[in-house]
Amino acid sequence: MSRVAVLRGGRSLERAVSMNSGAQVAQALEQLGHEVLAIDPGSGLVEELLARQVDCAFVALHGREGEDGTLQAALEAAGIPYTGSGPAACALCSDKDLAKRLLAAAGLPTPPARTLAERAIREFGAAAALGRVAEDVGPDLIVKPVHGGSAIGVKRVDSAQELPAALAGTFAYDDRVLIERRISGRELAVAVLGDGERAQPLPVVEILPRGAGDYDYDARYAIGGASFRCPADLDAGLAAELAQIALEAHALLGCRALSRVDMLLDEPGRPWVLEVDAVPGMTETSLLPQAAAAAGIEWPEVVRRVLEAALA
Amino acid sequence: MAGRRNEREAMSGAGKESKAGGESRVAHELARYETLFARRTGSMKSSAMRDMMALTERDDLISLAGGLPDTRSFPQGLFADLMGAVATRAEAALQYGPTEGLAATRGCIREVMAAEGTIVDEADLIVTTGGQQVLDLVCRALIDPGDVIVTEAPTYPGALPTFTAYEARIEQVDLDGRGMPVDTLEERLDALDAQGLRPKFIYAIPSFQNPGGETMTLARRRRLVELARERELLILEDNPYGMLRYEGEALPTLHTLDAEYGSPGMVIYLGTFSKIIAPGLRLGWALAPRPVLEKLNLAKQGADLCSSPVTQMFVAELFARTSPQGGPLWLDYVARLRDLYRARRDAMLAALTEQFAGTARWTRPEGGMFVWLTLDGAVDTSDLLIRARERHGVAFVPGRAAFADGVRGARSMRLNFAGADEHDLREAVRRIGVATGEQLELLGALSGRRAPQDRGEGAQVVPLPTRETDARGRAGL
Repeated sequence: MSRVAVLRGGRSLERAVSMNSGAQVAQALEQLGHEVLAIDPGSGLVEELLARQVDCAFVALHGREGEDGTLQAALEAAGIPYTGSGPAACALCSDKDLAKRLLAAAGLPTPPARTLAERAIREFGAAAALGRVAEDVGPDLIVKPVHGGSAIGVKRVDSAQELPAALAGTFAYDDRVLIERRISGRELAVAVLGDGERAQPLPVVEILPRGAGDYDYDARYAIGGASFRCPADLDAGLAAELAQIALEAHALLGCRALSRVDMLLDEPGRPWVLEVDAVPGMTETSLLPQAAAAAGIEWPEVVRRVLEAALA
Repeated sequence: MAGRRNEREAMSGAGKESKAGGESRVAHELARYETLFARRTGSMKSSAMRDMMALTERDDLISLAGGLPDTRSFPQGLFADLMGAVATRAEAALQYGPTEGLAATRGCIREVMAAEGTIVDEADLIVTTGGQQVLDLVCRALIDPGDVIVTEAPTYPGALPTFTAYEARIEQVDLDGRGMPVDTLEERLDALDAQGLRPKFIYAIPSFQNPGGETMTLARRRRLVELARERELLILEDNPYGMLRYEGEALPTLHTLDAEYGSPGMVIYLGTFSKIIAPGLRLGWALAPRPVLEKLNLAKQGADLCSSPVTQMFVAELFARTSPQGGPLWLDYVARLRDLYRARRDAMLAALTEQFAGTARWTRPEGGMFVWLTLDGAVDTSDLLIRARERHGVAFVPGRAAFADGVRGARSMRLNFAGADEHDLREAVRRIGVATGEQLELLGALSGRRAPQDRGEGAQVVPLPTRETDARGRAGL
């Protein structure tokens, strides 16, 4: 039996999701017989963890503060074991630009994209490259902040003329912005449990928009805003291919214990990796618990494995 | 009591059992929630912007976003005094009250309406939990899924979630500076009629409109009431700011004009103590034709039985006080608010001229709390809000929130001048100016030109369909 601090809440947009993830984790840890401390991290976090002599910090913090590696590096410095990926993997996953560059370099399929920084526009006159970007990546584009996981700040661009306004808008959210080819198709995700030899891809989940209309940020955050089909209705060969891609992406970015790899399947049936999430949602409506259940792995067992990897 | 305790114990026992046996709980819970949600939750939205505002509060943030009156100006001593007086009748204050409201409070409402030039019969009104409850009760009484509500465009952002929660179809008629153009409304009604659709009611804020800041002309008021009578449509007249007029002559309410025809009336009138006394009281009222009033009463019984007697008695106490000059004290307070807000409005308008002359247009409200500003340049104010908050410490309501489609109004913003002092107002406007300048400069650079220009509607960025976005975040993936 260990004393485990569940870190959840935080100040990001994903606070509500994180609180919920934390509750699910805490419940499972209690079932497993551990002593659980639920903590909403603030300026006294490290001191509190040290004072209470926790054996492990379970990271259920979503959004930038839990996922960009800063927290993990601090826990590492304090000598406190923590769940999930380390600082480097977290930093890579939370930076869509770097993650995509690594994926592409390793031959994994990710939609073509270019990255521009507001500073590059101001200091290097990078706006002169826009025509070329639209030509190389377009014509159908998605413009999104390099950091951040929600749909906030994400814009759809249908022609090169719309690109400047979309970019200017998205720079309000992030200094760096990704201009990515827009792929239409099915939205899929593969969660991976474990790492190294023991990494296990869970069954492919398909994310089904609820209703036919356009989704906005609100719908994406609401319970029941989307529903999942798990396992996704795919032929076995394709499902295996997606699983393989997910495993490779997980390993390439150095993820530990768990991750979720988000993909699109275009109309001809080609898979594209959009991003890897190092701290996937763990709420009762999240994809990871459902994918695990579809693989016959009960939720407490998922939590047990993740904790074990941290304490190893 | 004993019976109830046993019941609770039995329930908690059952809870433990299901927890112990809950190994496949996760999948089960998902399915359970999915099947239990009402269909209308699909169209219910919490405001994303509101979520964001709640999250990253910073100390130096000046928010012009809320519809907040200045509660600091209510004298603390008076507050304590009134509450003390209420406490001497604790048994009544702590008890349930009649659904339609306490008689004394209804008398206060009659006074407010009289001060605005409307003579009402107390039997025609119901006390509600804020003006917002009137919106809810009216929908509860009138709206079946798919029913049409006509509103102004832009309209009160807080009304839209209520209307959509009842699965209403919202039709918006653009304001033009003089209130809802009734001829345009008429054309819209004809078009709807051709589709076999007849709106249940027309939602209008004729005075110092929220968020538009404009006031409907007398001719249009007359014509709107006439039209409602001709077509037998109800009007929901939302008049929270009627007493907060800073210049110009008071205009009759739609309710008053309607009453000139004699009964039965076609206007449901919404009033509130929120802007003339304080929103924390949560007290508003509706004045409605008797058959409608009966339904509102039934709806309120189901919603909350009655509004708080504590705050109703507080209001009654306040209205019983006289000022040192001998007039009603509450009227003194409203007069004080008027002076305060007039000066703030003037400060904001001056700051806007200094900061935005030649690059934006804005309304010049004769009363109320809001200025509606529309930028000439192609800046999406939903994006601008992020830059303004995160980098410059200022907030406003982006214009999209006031449109049912969430797409229009992208270059506009609502600025509240009532809740901040003059110094903060000037500083806030300056900060919005700087953030806008940055955004325009960036756009200019990206478009390959220095000077920002109007790019027309074609450059608008539309909200994103889910399919093409990254999947994270949704439903807590």
